[in-house]
Formats: sequence, C-alpha cells, structure tokens
Amino acid sequence: MPSNTSSRPKASLGLTLAAFGTLLFLHVPMWIIFLYTFTPDETTYKFPLPGFTTKWFGIALQRADLWRSLTLSLQVAAIATFIALILGTLAAAAVYRSKFFGRESISFLLVLPIALPGIVTGIALRSAIGGLDIPFSFWTIVIGHATFCVVVVYNNVLARFRRTSATMIEASMDLGANSFQTFRHVVLPNIATALLAGGMLAFALSFDEVIVTTFTAGQQTTLPIWIFSQLSRPRDRPVTNVVATFVILITFIPIFIAQKISADASDTEGDSK
Amino acid sequence: MTNNPSTPAIRFNKVSRHFGDVKAVDEVDLEIINGEFFSMLGPSGSGKTTCLRMIAGFDRPTSGSIYLYGQDVSNLPPYERDVNTVFQDYALFPHMNVGDNVAYGLMIKKVSKAERTKRVDEMLELVQLKGFAGRKPSQLSGGQRQRVALARALINHPKVLLLDEPLGALDLKLRQQMQIELKNIQKQVGITFIFVTHDQEEAITMSDRIAVFNQGKIEQIGSPSQIYERPASTFVAGFVGTSNLIQGEAAKRINGSDQTFSIRPEKIHLGSLGEKNGSDMISLDGVVRDVVYLGLYTRYLVDIDGGGDLIVIQQNLKTTSMDVLSIKGQKVRLSWHKEHMVSIGV
Amino acid sequence: MLTRISTYFYQRQRLVLFLLLAPPLLYMLVVYLGSLFSLLINSFYSIDDFSGMLIREFTLKTYGQIFSPANREIFLRTASMALSVTFASALIAFPLAYYIAKFAPPRLKTWLLIGVTIPLWSSYLVRVYAWKLILAKEGILSWFINLLHLNGPLDWLLSFENIGGSSLALSPIGMFIVFVYIWLPYMIIPIQTALERVPGSLVEASGDLGAKPLQTFRTVILPLSFPGVIAGSIFTFSLTMGDFIIPLAIGNSKFFIGQAVYSYQGTGGNVPLAAAMTMGPVVIMIVYLLIARKLGAFDAL
Repeated sequence: MPSNTSSRPKASLGLTLAAFGTLLFLHVPMWIIFLYTFTPDETTYKFPLPGFTTKWFGIALQRADLWRSLTLSLQVAAIATFIALILGTLAAAAVYRSKFFGRESISFLLVLPIALPGIVTGIALRSAIGGLDIPFSFWTIVIGHATFCVVVVYNNVLARFRRTSATMIEASMDLGANSFQTFRHVVLPNIATALLAGGMLAFALSFDEVIVTTFTAGQQTTLPIWIFSQLSRPRDRPVTNVVATFVILITFIPIFIAQKISADASDTEGDSK
Repeated sequence: MTNNPSTPAIRFNKVSRHFGDVKAVDEVDLEIINGEFFSMLGPSGSGKTTCLRMIAGFDRPTSGSIYLYGQDVSNLPPYERDVNTVFQDYALFPHMNVGDNVAYGLMIKKVSKAERTKRVDEMLELVQLKGFAGRKPSQLSGGQRQRVALARALINHPKVLLLDEPLGALDLKLRQQMQIELKNIQKQVGITFIFVTHDQEEAITMSDRIAVFNQGKIEQIGSPSQIYERPASTFVAGFVGTSNLIQGEAAKRINGSDQTFSIRPEKIHLGSLGEKNGSDMISLDGVVRDVVYLGLYTRYLVDIDGGGDLIVIQQNLKTTSMDVLSIKGQKVRLSWHKEHMVSIGV
Repeated sequence: MLTRISTYFYQRQRLVLFLLLAPPLLYMLVVYLGSLFSLLINSFYSIDDFSGMLIREFTLKTYGQIFSPANREIFLRTASMALSVTFASALIAFPLAYYIAKFAPPRLKTWLLIGVTIPLWSSYLVRVYAWKLILAKEGILSWFINLLHLNGPLDWLLSFENIGGSSLALSPIGMFIVFVYIWLPYMIIPIQTALERVPGSLVEASGDLGAKPLQTFRTVILPLSFPGVIAGSIFTFSLTMGDFIIPLAIGNSKFFIGQAVYSYQGTGGNVPLAAAMTMGPVVIMIVYLLIARKLGAFDAL
C-alpha cells in the first residue's frame, strides 16, 4: 500500500468527527448489551437500569439448556471449520499451482454461498435435504456451515500463497526435500498464520450463524437459535443479555486475532522478498 | 557414483521444450565438461533459463534426454538429482534464519546437528558471512542474501551448481566484485558451474566456455575469445560486443567475394589519407560522418566511398576531445589486418 | 517410501491438480449447486390445495401465485427497503472510509480497519438483539429522546403511514436503522479499498490546477470511488433483501421477502412457493451483479 506518512494531509474537524462518530455507532450498541447484563429488571428493557445485580451470570451458568446449546454450537463450529480448512486449502493450492481453464469459476463458485442472501442457501439446502429424505441432524447443520466457511479459508490461504515466492518450493526440492518434506518444512510454516486466520474467521462465522441454521437444523438448538427464539418471544431477557455478551466475546477474540494476523502479514510483505 | 573426468557433467541429446506452440528450447545438443565454468548467454526468451530449469528438474523436456554424468535424469524430480541451484530471487526461506537456510539440505539428509553446525560455519566462512548464522534473511542486504543462497547450494557438494542470473539484482560495483569472488569459489570447490546470464561482459569475464542462445537454439559454443573473435553467426557477432557486418556488394568490393564477414570496430585503424599499408592489410577510404567522444575511447562512424558505413573505435592514447571532434567531415583511410576479418555463414 | 510416492506424483502433475481440486469442487457442486438446483426444481412443483401434499409435476402455477397482489406488495416493500438502506449506508460509510484511506496514520489505520471488520464478521444476531434493547419503548433511545425533548418530532415521524408505527421498535424506521447498522461495514470496506487506489498525486494534480478541496472531492475522488460504492451496494442490497431476522425481531407484522419465504416453508409447509419466492432475490441479484461487473465494481470487491 502506498502510504507516504510525511505528506499525509490533515483531515478537517468535520470529517474526523464524522469518521469516529460512525465508528462509535458501530460499537456502542454492543456495549449496551453488556450494560444490561446488570439490570435487575426481568420483564422490560427499562433505562436507566432500575438497579444493579450480577446474579444473572450465575443463573445463566446453571441453565442446562444453555450448556447444551453452547456445546452444540462449539462442536458444529469446530467440525465446520475443520472441513473448511481442508477443502479451502486444497482449492487454494490447486488454483495457485496452475493457470488451468476456469479458475475464476472456482473462485466464483466458492464465493456464491456468501454473496447470495443467506436465506437462499438455507432454503436450497432444506429443499435438497428434505427431497432426499435425509433426517435433519447435527450433520446437516455442519454441512450447511461448511459451504459458506470454505471461502473464508480459501481467500486467506490463496492470498498468502500469492505472496509466497514460487521459487521457494523449487529451492526446497532442489536441496533434496521431496514433496512431503517440502510441505512440512517450507509450505506449512509459510501458510500457518493464514490457516490460523482463516480458521478463526470460519469458526466465528459458524458459531453465530443463524439464517442457514434455521433451515438445516432439526430439533437441535444452537446458541444462535436459542437467542433467535428469545428475539421473537422474549422469556428470559436477563439471561439472553448474558448469553449475547458471551457470544460477542467468543466471536470477537478469534476475529480480532485473525485481523491482526492479516494486518501484520501485509505489513511485512515487503521484507520477505 | 564417481565423476569420471572424461564423462561430460551434463549432456543434452536433442532436447526440446515446447510451451504450446512456442518452442522455448528446440532440439538442443550440448556437452558441459567436468569442472568447467560454463555460461549460457542469450537475450530473454532465448531458452537459456528453460535449459537450466530442465537440468535442475523444475521442468521436463518435451522430447530428448538430459544426462548428468552419464545418467539419464530427464524425468527425475529435483530432489533426486545431485544438482543445486542459486536462484535469481535467492528464494531464501523467510521463516528460517541464515544458519537454518544453509543447513536445509543437510537437515533433509538427516545429518547430525553437530556436523551441520560445523559445515554451516565452514560454508559461511567461504562466502565471507562468518557470524551471520543467527540473522533472518530479511535483515540482510541483497549482496549478503546472494552469498547465503550460494552457501546453501554449495553445502551439499553438488556435482553441478546452477546459477540463474544470480547477479542480476545487484548494483554494478557489487556485481563486479561478486564476479571475481564467484570465480574464486569455483576454483576452490572444483564443482562444475553453469551460469545463466544475458550480460555478455559477465559471461566473457567469468566463463571457461560460453553457449550463445537464440530462439531456442544454440548459435555457438566456445571459449570467450573464440566467441568474441570468431563469431559463428551474425547473431553472435551482434549480440556479443559490437561488430561491423559487411555483406553483398560491399563485401565483394572489399574482399573479392560476396561472403558476409564481420570486423570488430577496435580492430580498424583510422589513419590519414594516402597512408601506406602492407600487403596483409585491407585499406578503404571514407568520410567521417559522426564522432562520439567517450573518454577512454572515441567512436567514429565512417561513410565508405562506394557505399556502406563502418563503426570504428580508437583508444584515446594522445588525442583529447577537441582533436577527435575536429575530424568530423574529413576524409580518412581505414585499414585492418586480413586475419581479423571473420567470414560468417548467414 | 515417501520419496517414491512423492516422485510418482511429481511426474503426474495433472493427477495432482485433479486430486487437489476434486474434494472441494465435488463438495461445492454436489452440496451447494445441487441444492440450488433442487430449489429450482421445487419452484416448478406445487402443493395440492386440499391435502397440502407436494405434487411432483412440472407446473408454472406456483410462479403464478407469487404475482398475487399481496406478494407483489412484499416484493415492492423489500426492494424499497433494500434501496433506501443501500443509499443511507453509502452516505454514512463514506466519511469513515475516506478518513481511513486518506488521512489516518498507518498505526491508527490498522486499528480502524480492525474496528470496522470485527462487526463485519461477528455476532450478526447479537448485534440485532442489541437494537431490540435500544429501540424498546422503555429503552435507552426513548430515554435519550425524552432528555432532549424530541418526543414531538419523533411522534410526527412515526405518524407517517408507510414508515411509522406505534414505536420505533415496531416501525419500518426502526428496521431501517437496524439494517443500516448491521450492513454498514460491508459498505465501508469496499469504498475504503477503492479510495485507497486513488493515487495521492491525482489529488495534488487537481489542487495544482486550481481546484478547491471541495471541487477536488466532487470531480476526482467521488467518481473514482464509485466502483467501491457499487461493490458495497451488492452486499447491502443483497443482504437486506434476503434477511428475515431483522423484520421478525424489529418491524411490524408486514412481511418482507425473507420472512415470507421463512413462513411459507415453515408454518405453511409450502416449499414450492418458498422456492419460487427466493427466485425473486436470486434473479434480482444476478442482474445486479451483471450491471456491477459492467461498471467495474468487481475490482473493488
């Protein structure tokens, strides 16, 4: 990125205020949920809070249904991420290795599940699963999530491959390493952080996905589906606040790490050449 | 396998490499002698790099065979050939430090840690980078990375070392210094070096023999002086140094036959009109059309009486710029020894 | 042994390519495209009016149903919401994108980008939920409006028939705010990327030629960032059109496409109608993508 720090012009006050105002607009609503975890009010969203309590954290911890949902969501996200890591890396390696006919179509095909509205993916999967008389289960959720997680890994790994000098792989083989040794000693260390970043994003994406999940889940209640049910018919408002805060935290952390990795990687891009 | 000195280090037998319709390498035959410093010289796209990549195993011939000390290696992967490469962009592993980069080949061969350290130190000393083992490639200058790449390739004691325009990214001073150093290292280790370059001066300075590539074929193979003094084709005459090519009518007038010949500009003597010459000399009269003063020497463009022109280079032994410039427009006599003329088949 | 396997594959590059490509391609073709295809097929089936059973015979009857006046209204309502959300997002996104691309020093820039991308990737549902709290009648926004004595203007705004409602939480205005909030990052990033590509020298050149900053902005920066706006609009438009969570959580009882699809296949059990209904957004998005490609927006994606 061409950034000439010294000659960077100064932004006008109006622009600076507008910019940071927008950033606050993006983040403050989430802090408000955090605030509401301390409300003693069970039936409304009254503000200012009528008091202060920390009991809801304890109550949320006792809820067996929440633990089941959390476990389910974590399992789904973990397996969907695992599938996405393998399929995404394979696709990225294939596209990187050769200039075969139709590589654009591959990228397009992989991007489609996140470019089309989620409801299209959801209902399409539902009609297919239903049409084949496959029972809706844990695995149908996983399959649905994997379709839109693959592209995240693919994009991250492909971008890293493109920054990696092709002669490095040749150099390794030239020095006596076979394909497997080259993968282990040269390719893997170079794409490791991209895999980590892609995996983190895929995990976060899967962990709080709700639209596709509503169509591919049977009786299973993932954590987002639990929250969704509270959205339309609020029964456990304070507990929902605690769960929502928890979901924010559990998705923020991996995304933050992933973004930091990507930012650092593009910062050092020039050095490794 | 022992290296029998009489077996060529590398032999090409009618090797071709086609990319679609493009014949990057076209039926090349070639023998590289054990222990020599061999250069592949040519413009970009002439096939020299493709030849190198086929020796290394990164690319495979479309047809024909490549032999490494008598063994057909045409279809072997790079890791099964006793050949190592210094890459144009160095291709150092960014996630390893200098020591681990150099030790990579030994690590793959499962050489013990102690032995590895010892040999890495020796190698780094050879390339004058003692004490750099702990650095990361990103902390090195271009010239230092170049040396690491060389050490990494040499540590395996390959039978043949391939160098793909390794000096291309360095500035002129460093480049000239590295040319001498490379030559010295080659003498020390006694390994066959195959050096790819598009720089004719570099090839002439360093090589025992040179192959000049053009459009996928070898135009000429020979020692630097043979290539320079006795170019076998108009392409070689034009690509290596500057040459006056004289053909057709002009050739007949000067030499008595319409066979094309070349004469190097520095072999022509520029004298005053009426100067007497021996019978082994050829003399021509002409008018100086242009003069370029270049400090060390001066370049003249002379229109020959009866048609054609010649470039002449004279060292500025006594003259100064004022003197040489004043010659413009004057009639002069050009003369050269017959033996300096080279007949060329077109 | 491994070396022998490695060599076997090294000599067969096409086989390697095939082996790399087969798993992801098979997965996407079978699972995803297969599903889309099944969706398409389903949209040509119909439901028996009396028994509610699926009739697996080709018919255009279902497509006829989606042109009923009620459904037409749903399409219109959804499209106008998607359009206004897109415009508003572009307007709000621009200053931040412009600031990140052209003014923020490198370190701050990294943090600002992280600040925008985190909400882009995370917690879609929770971020919707946050607005349920904020927009509630007794919630923080009402309290704030009260504090500023702005009840009058708010009530006036809510009194409009098509955008108003009994409270912000139950009105199209509220829904609109939430949509803009949720999809805003999808607009900021492409605009920022496009602005990043406007060379600083171009801005200086314009200044050299005597343009005032505002003129430079209007004649140089705005046209050059337009592909970014188009790229961002692909997301905001598509995502708004297909969403059913926000209309369910906020909004009133009037349906949006996503909601309609959700209820047709869920409570209604009418998969063919739901399938035909989704073809609407799919066709609109494909046309949109084609136009966007013509305008050069794909480079900014």
